[in-house]
Amino acid sequence: MLIIKDLNVSIQDKKIISGLNLEVKAGEVHAIMGPNGTGKSTLAWAIAGNEAYTITGGSITYRGRDLKELSPEERASEGIFLGFQYPVEIPGVSMTNFIRTAINEQRKYRGLQPIPAPEFLAKMEENKKLVGIDSKLTNRSVNEGFSGGEKKKNEIFQMAMLEPTLAILDETDSGLDIDALKVVANGVNKLRSKDNAIIVITHYQRLLEYIVPDFVHVLYKGRIVKSGGKELALELEEKGYEWLKN
Amino acid sequence: MEQIVKTMSLKEQLSDQFQRHRDIIGRNDTPLIAQAREQAFHRFMEQGFPSDHLERWRNTDLKRTLSLDYDQDIVAPALNTEVSNLLRCNIPHFDTFLVSLYNGWYISENGSWITRPDGIVIGSLAQAIKHFSTLVEESFARIGQATRNGLEALNNAFAQDGIFIYVPDHVSADQTIQIVSMVDHDRNLLLQNRNLIIMGKNSRLKLVHCDDSLNQQPSFTNTITEILLGEGAVIDHYKLQNINDNSSVISTTLFHQEANSQLSTHVTVLNGGLIRNDIYVDMEGENCTSDICGLYLVDKNQHVDNQVQVNHLKPYGTSNQLFKGIIDDHARAVFNGHVHVHRNAQKTNAYQSNKNILLTDKATVNTKPFLEIYADDVKCSHGATVGQLDQEALFYIRSRGISYDNARLLLMYAFAAEVINKITIEPLRLRMDDLVKKRLRGELSICDQCVLHCRTKENTVSFDIDMSKI
Ligand SMILES: Nc1ncnc2c1ncn2[C@@H]1O[C@H](COP(=O)(O)OP(=O)(O)OP(=O)(O)O)[C@@H](O)[C@H]1O
Ligand SMILES: [Mg+2]
Repeated sequence: MLIIKDLNVSIQDKKIISGLNLEVKAGEVHAIMGPNGTGKSTLAWAIAGNEAYTITGGSITYRGRDLKELSPEERASEGIFLGFQYPVEIPGVSMTNFIRTAINEQRKYRGLQPIPAPEFLAKMEENKKLVGIDSKLTNRSVNEGFSGGEKKKNEIFQMAMLEPTLAILDETDSGLDIDALKVVANGVNKLRSKDNAIIVITHYQRLLEYIVPDFVHVLYKGRIVKSGGKELALELEEKGYEWLKN
Repeated sequence: MEQIVKTMSLKEQLSDQFQRHRDIIGRNDTPLIAQAREQAFHRFMEQGFPSDHLERWRNTDLKRTLSLDYDQDIVAPALNTEVSNLLRCNIPHFDTFLVSLYNGWYISENGSWITRPDGIVIGSLAQAIKHFSTLVEESFARIGQATRNGLEALNNAFAQDGIFIYVPDHVSADQTIQIVSMVDHDRNLLLQNRNLIIMGKNSRLKLVHCDDSLNQQPSFTNTITEILLGEGAVIDHYKLQNINDNSSVISTTLFHQEANSQLSTHVTVLNGGLIRNDIYVDMEGENCTSDICGLYLVDKNQHVDNQVQVNHLKPYGTSNQLFKGIIDDHARAVFNGHVHVHRNAQKTNAYQSNKNILLTDKATVNTKPFLEIYADDVKCSHGATVGQLDQEALFYIRSRGISYDNARLLLMYAFAAEVINKITIEPLRLRMDDLVKKRLRGELSICDQCVLHCRTKENTVSFDIDMSKI
């Protein structure tokens, strides 16, 4: 589904990712862990298409399409969703309208008619329940004045509304209380299916108790230095990253 | 050098015109008005057109405006069409009482002097000189004494026509009054109007004032509107400017507030070659409030300058300024918000905010909030920002599947909406909302889709994204 080959990514001429390889197949859940500042978010940005992050070498293909050819909005419409580590506040743009616009633009890209209002509203209700947010939040401007945890829940809410085929969740678990963590995990597990793939970036093995990954990778200095099964996360929790650094 | 010679020549032309035709220009005057006119003429000859050595004119250059030749009518030209053909407004569910200035001259289907069933008197300035001579004399005397710049003097020398509205004590207008100033001429035109709006004690008025051009011909409008709010009077005042890229409008609005009066004034600049709004608010009584808002959307080589001066002269006054602008291409915007809290204006609250988005690196903004405070028990704040569209927000929106163009539009509209939402007349707000969206999409033109006054029925626009609930 997602094939990353020998990827090199720079920001402002600073090389952050160098020679990264990763393959994610439909139905799989991958966890990416690693020390601060090693390029986890950079990888996520590169997949989502943030133009500030330049791909200087290698390739990312998604369902056979070279992502370099696609704008961020086209990638989204192809089914890629990024849950931001730091969700952005957009004053003046209401949550409801934002989501509806996003859904309809994606539908347009896929040659579909705009979502009928009753269907949209029903979906809103269902997903608000799923992530435990109420209309007070969805009536506000996107992320404006949301607490840290509310912002993260809102990312999961958007994911649930947009129904992506590949979700990349960048530290969606950080700053969440234990109940919220379960909510996030529920959202992710609901999306989980044989056709969809999920990449979770996290520092905590705790999340992986709720979202059990098929693979765990360690990203260090812009490369994947170790991959393993879910037990690797436990090992990292115990030993830290020191032992991998050479 | 050549420009300066031209500038001189417009001044000289005006001098010549005044001296040759002063009898015609002043044919309706009372002796006091005639005297004020004469004084103003001399003052204009001394001061000339404002230039950048005046503090308030540092960032607005009239050279281009003054380099053109203009005709100025000193008697109303004959209309070659029915008035009813010119006056039509198609805002759905917006019931207004329409009066108009057509190339600077009063036209109305109802005659030039009307007393409405609710008691409000509306008519031309020329008629007002007959019926309410003292009020008009006072206005000419006030402006005649003002020494702020030569343009006000020039207006006082030449102004013959305009809109006069009198709202008696305790009367609430049961209909919004709409003034449309249309310029529709095949030669360059100079227009100088004087509008005078007098509001009695505890009266209420909603007033919408639009400046429109109906073709691409250059024009130069130098207009003054005085609005006097009696004790406890409440006005909702909207100004909408949509003129062609070759034209200039210098619009001076002077509000005088007596005790407990409430002013809300709201200007939207959609298009114009050079637009300058001078807004003066004098709080002459205690416990006045004023909300002064503006939205300006400029592009190409346009220039917009909003100058606001609020004078808190008495205690317990509150003023609130909110101006926002989006500046594209090579366009320039200027904002100067001056709050002057006089010594005995204790317990004043004065707030001011000016926010700008520059869409290109060639676009410029000069913004200068200016608080001058001589009382000690006051609350004042001001702030100005100049920035680009938020790139992070743009990426966030796009990452959800919304196209670049629509993401930009969403951000620009969200920025503008704060000001649009201050419009309290619902049908007007919806219409303005539509116009702003059109403008942001680059779909607004000045004549075939004219603004509030419409000769042709306009098709409703649809957007491929629904921005109705932003
Ligand atoms: N806009 C930028 N300008 C300069 N350097 C940047 C920029 N963005 C990221 N970097 C640098 O790139 C490196 C990788 O950053 P990235 O955000 O990908 O790390 P991370 O692995 O996600 O870290 P964390 O676990 O703290 O979220 C860091 O050294 C960071 O400082
Ligand atoms: Mg990160």
